[in-house]
Amino acid sequence: MKPTDTKDPEYFHKVVDCQYACPAHTPVPEYIRLIAAGRYNDAYMINWQSNVFPGVLGRTCDRPCEPACRRGRVEEEPVAICRLKRVAADNKTDISDRLPAIPTEKNGKKIALIGAGPASLTVARDLMPLGYEIDLYDDQHKGGGFMRSQIPSFRLPESVLDEEVNYILDMGVVTHFKQHVTSMRDMLAKNYDAVFVGTGAPRGRDLPNLPGRQDGDANIHIGIDWLASVAFEHTHKVGKKVLVLGGGNTAMDCCRTAIRLGGEDVRVVVRSPKSDMKASPWEIEDAEHEDIPMYENHNPKAFLTENGRLTGMVFEKVEPVFDDNGKRSLVPTGEEVTMACDDVLMAIGQLNSFPWIERDIGIEFNDWDMPEVDKTTFQTSLPNVFVGGDAAWGPENVITAVAHGHQAAISIDLYCRGESTAQRPAPEVNLVSQKMGFHDWLYDAHISDDERQIVPLIDKQQAIGNRKLEVEKGFDALQGYDEAMRCLNCDVQTVFETDRCIECDACEDICPVDCINFIDNDEEANLRENLKVKATNTDQDLYVSGELKTKRVMVKDENVCLHCGLCAERCPTGAWDMQKFLLHEATAGVKS
Amino acid sequence: MTFIRPNFRHPENHTNEIGYSIKNYEGALSTLCAGCGHDSISAAIIKSCFELNLEPHKIAKISGIGCSSKTPTYFLGKAHGFNSVHGRMPSVTTGANMANRDLLYIGVSGDGDTASIGMGQFAHVVRRNLNMVYLVMNNGCYGLTKGQDSATADKGSAGKKGVPSVFDSIDLCQLALQLGAGMVARSFSGDKQQLVPLIKAAIKHPGFAFIDVISPCVTFNNTPASTKGYEWVRDHLEATGTIDFIPEKSEITIDYPAGSSRQVQLHDGSELVLQKNANDYDLSSRKAAMNRIESVKEAGNILTGLIYHNENQGDTHASINTTQRPLNALTEADLCPGSAVLEQLNAGLR
Repeated sequence: MKPTDTKDPEYFHKVVDCQYACPAHTPVPEYIRLIAAGRYNDAYMINWQSNVFPGVLGRTCDRPCEPACRRGRVEEEPVAICRLKRVAADNKTDISDRLPAIPTEKNGKKIALIGAGPASLTVARDLMPLGYEIDLYDDQHKGGGFMRSQIPSFRLPESVLDEEVNYILDMGVVTHFKQHVTSMRDMLAKNYDAVFVGTGAPRGRDLPNLPGRQDGDANIHIGIDWLASVAFEHTHKVGKKVLVLGGGNTAMDCCRTAIRLGGEDVRVVVRSPKSDMKASPWEIEDAEHEDIPMYENHNPKAFLTENGRLTGMVFEKVEPVFDDNGKRSLVPTGEEVTMACDDVLMAIGQLNSFPWIERDIGIEFNDWDMPEVDKTTFQTSLPNVFVGGDAAWGPENVITAVAHGHQAAISIDLYCRGESTAQRPAPEVNLVSQKMGFHDWLYDAHISDDERQIVPLIDKQQAIGNRKLEVEKGFDALQGYDEAMRCLNCDVQTVFETDRCIECDACEDICPVDCINFIDNDEEANLRENLKVKATNTDQDLYVSGELKTKRVMVKDENVCLHCGLCAERCPTGAWDMQKFLLHEATAGVKS
Repeated sequence: MTFIRPNFRHPENHTNEIGYSIKNYEGALSTLCAGCGHDSISAAIIKSCFELNLEPHKIAKISGIGCSSKTPTYFLGKAHGFNSVHGRMPSVTTGANMANRDLLYIGVSGDGDTASIGMGQFAHVVRRNLNMVYLVMNNGCYGLTKGQDSATADKGSAGKKGVPSVFDSIDLCQLALQLGAGMVARSFSGDKQQLVPLIKAAIKHPGFAFIDVISPCVTFNNTPASTKGYEWVRDHLEATGTIDFIPEKSEITIDYPAGSSRQVQLHDGSELVLQKNANDYDLSSRKAAMNRIESVKEAGNILTGLIYHNENQGDTHASINTTQRPLNALTEADLCPGSAVLEQLNAGLR
């Protein structure tokens, strides 16, 4: 293999598994260290800069960072990154003086944002400090979009959401709430310099052709609409027997909301096996903690009604069968199951819907009736119209919407300045040695043996009695510290300098996880076979040095490196050094 | 100030045949200088014992004084240990070995501990062919007292201070050969591929097995002018042949070209396979071994690898006909066989 090019920021970025997996590339270890140091405001601002809604995400994020966490490969459980974010948000003091200054003299460009969800709000957050004037349109009476209408208050208190939405609105965003935008043509006629569409995936899937659907309509609800109606205080109760259809996170929110609104026998019914449910494992766990049963392999057949009122549902039991290619199909077993119910909540998927965008105004639509959006620039075929968040390619999550918002803001800024939107600004990268002196590093290299901390919950009966009471209490300061110390500091990179190595093997001998090898160079596949411990995780790179005096090379398997710094500690010549790699994704306004 | 070895190990690192992980063979974290060759030798001992499926509690590591003699703290933390008096490792090992022949004895010493203060002890333990592994971590200087030349520093070799050694050096391998050791080898701390099979063979050798390991002192004796520095040693190595240790009952997976290798059967069924090089000689001939060491030295190089091997040298227990059982396992009945036996004994002397 050729020597690894560590000048390319992509290499070390990939080593920081959590940051690399995060759609917004939040520098996770950096803020975790600040939490351990009790610098909650600093930790919060790093998050705010990158993911805009630390308090919201610290409670509700889909946390792609956690399955990626190296700790999960070394030990069983990853660092509780998401809940650590909440520790920063919960313990911070007033940060308003740290928010960016908004120029009083505007730059003369006006932008319209349609939909007040995380994607649009991120665009506003990035563009307001640059002097843009922004009009925000939404059909609700407050900002936040699906974060407000779909995430129940017992998971995300309204005050937390309000605070973080208002940091942005208070920058001087002109809000047009309770205004349903019905025509893109009219919007374009207002002569905005750019229009951003962040309208989410607002249409819940239905089962329109199931027998009894029309008769039972009064008690059959689309999950996301029902959740919104609860959030906006239009719905206050539900029947005693409730069936929730679907196995995603919306289904989990529906069933947990239902037991808080008077549901006594609330069941989740899923078509697929439970192991294939789309909901995040922790959300399934939370629902089960509240004693909600889940029925797997039940395919809905019919709604039962009596005198125009819903009385139950019929399901056909299925079993998963795998063909030779491992493709699953659900085959009916012939058994039918009837469940009585008063209400049904359907949480079986969401769709995008653009009836308000005229098809003849220059925005191209694809075969799935979705606007053609560029994956990098978020620009449509109409150069001044940009799309991001769930509206772009279907339902994802808040953190993805934020990432889209950042990129769209960069594009809008480039477009408004008359530059090419394809010319993306580079991230800000820094690599600094952590050596202080003998056995002394700028980071805490000691590896904690602690197991993952468990988030404390409030009493179950109390929680179910009040829809607005937050169930999770969050880590206290001490738990937060202990959890923060579980972080392996993967951003503190092991940097190897070939010319300094005298091949004394000290690093190879000391490495507790046998990552370091001095062997004859070969092709990657062979090298992976020949290491002390075979490098079987091909998602993780091999770090290969230049040729050493003995014609061998140093090969380090990044897979389970603890970043403990012992290699650098035991290196007599400083060939190894621990250097902190800090990468901030570019935001709008950075010159490319 | 943090310098603690993490408790995590590679999750795909397997246990050996007796169910121990490599961690069970490790010791405390080394306090030697970073880059010290001794740490590599410790790692080689750990690897050898792990791969030979030895039970750590059936090993005794005994040392004298010096940087080298500190190392038993850094390997086999679950084995028995005795960090003894300067140069007196052989006596302590002899005593322990006489009392309990069931343990594996690994004696660790340095060039000062062996070739200076302990020279008398060394000579006699070799002569008696005590069943042990005698490992010298040889760096040619007194590292613990700031790097003065030791008795193995080659004439003309200069350490950090820059003053060349004026005396001839002692070649411990030649000495061991002359005094009748059953196995004599030399290696280099920076060459685990050679060192690990040698340590394994030494452990399996019945009788006295001597390994002189050149182990650079990074702090005081790793200069270009030193014949014990990483660079010089790497440039001047001349191996007797490439050695492989094949444990008992395992398949030989490496293909050796016909006529190019020689198998040495060990008493427990395991095998040493030596790939010959051009200057092959009879490993069981003391005279040939002596000649080879000398001729390589004349060429300005260092002979490494297995230098001499003779399994039939016998060990101390055989020579003085001691009990087969450890002393602590002997009962009163064994030690006081009674008046009838005494009568018999007395009768035999009349």
